[in-house]
Amino acid sequence: MRGFKGDLHIHTCLSPCADLEMSPLKVVKRAVERGLEIIAICDHNSAKNTPYAFNLSKKFPIVVLPGIEVNSVEEVHILSIFDTPEKALLLQEYVYKGINGKNDEELFGVQAVVNEFDEVEEIEDKLLISACSLSVDEIVRKTHSLGGIAIASHIDREAYSIIGKLGFIPPDLDLDGVEISKMGSIDLVPKGWTAISSSDAHYLDEIGEVWTVFYADSPDINGIKKAIKNGMVKIYGRNFSSHP
Amino acid sequence: MKMGEIIKILSLKEVTTGNAKLDEDVATAYVSDLLSDVIANAKKGCLWITLQCHPNIVAVGAMKEVAGIIIVNGKQPDGETIKKAKEEGIPIFTTEKNAFTVAGLLYHAGLR
Repeated sequence: MRGFKGDLHIHTCLSPCADLEMSPLKVVKRAVERGLEIIAICDHNSAKNTPYAFNLSKKFPIVVLPGIEVNSVEEVHILSIFDTPEKALLLQEYVYKGINGKNDEELFGVQAVVNEFDEVEEIEDKLLISACSLSVDEIVRKTHSLGGIAIASHIDREAYSIIGKLGFIPPDLDLDGVEISKMGSIDLVPKGWTAISSSDAHYLDEIGEVWTVFYADSPDINGIKKAIKNGMVKIYGRNFSSHP
Repeated sequence: MKMGEIIKILSLKEVTTGNAKLDEDVATAYVSDLLSDVIANAKKGCLWITLQCHPNIVAVGAMKEVAGIIIVNGKQPDGETIKKAKEEGIPIFTTEKNAFTVAGLLYHAGLR
């Protein structure tokens, strides 16, 4: 067992609010330069860039986990992270059913699907910033049934966080862990929960700004899940660091 | 203002049959969809107007001893939310009206 440096919440140019420079190739390259060993690609409500980012993990010395930052019906953000893009795309299918609006690029930004060669494949026209029709409970259950892990995003913030929206973490919600944002503090982590810290990068320069070290046998979804479950993580933020 | 009067003014439908006490006095109301905000700022005993349907609204409602919860915009709470509300004795109402209209009508009728 050893520590693996990870950043499990990185957006790409598919998220309307992320910089267009955030192509899968540039994101992976920058993550490698930053010394990260494991990253998760989590765009808003979509996994369409994850197959390309995943392919790049075969060319670069880094593990890329495909994920989605799902916006629940309560407007709570949940990171659903998998080991293969196929699973993330299955969740996407489920999420897409509950999104009816069309994106307005002028208002929200471009949603570019970009392949591993930096070529634009498609412009997504679904309104990815909107809430989908799934409850947090349904998202967690579906994520687990697909073999993924579910982490509540930036619980220290008011906007789109489970504590901000729902007041507290529902006691019967089977989350794997919680995330605190780079501005957060470990005092805000509720008792009994293991927190990870991730960059929530929307710009290349933000990748790996804060990170988590996962103590695991291997840098994969099972290793991460076990590390979080056993509290074997060390988080490095601006205002905090903690030891397992 | 009496609960019965409020139900009449807004044509509310109660989904927790039997929880509402028609002669209960309601002192004020609060509109918010952020449960953390309700915990921090809603007055005890208020009538809470929201579009959130998650079971957590019952726990927050119980904490603030709300007179009731009005779920707006035609949204329907799920079975778990209704079950918990029945256990806690908190009335939950639904309406097709939006939060602005609900609050406006109550204000117009004299609720402050």
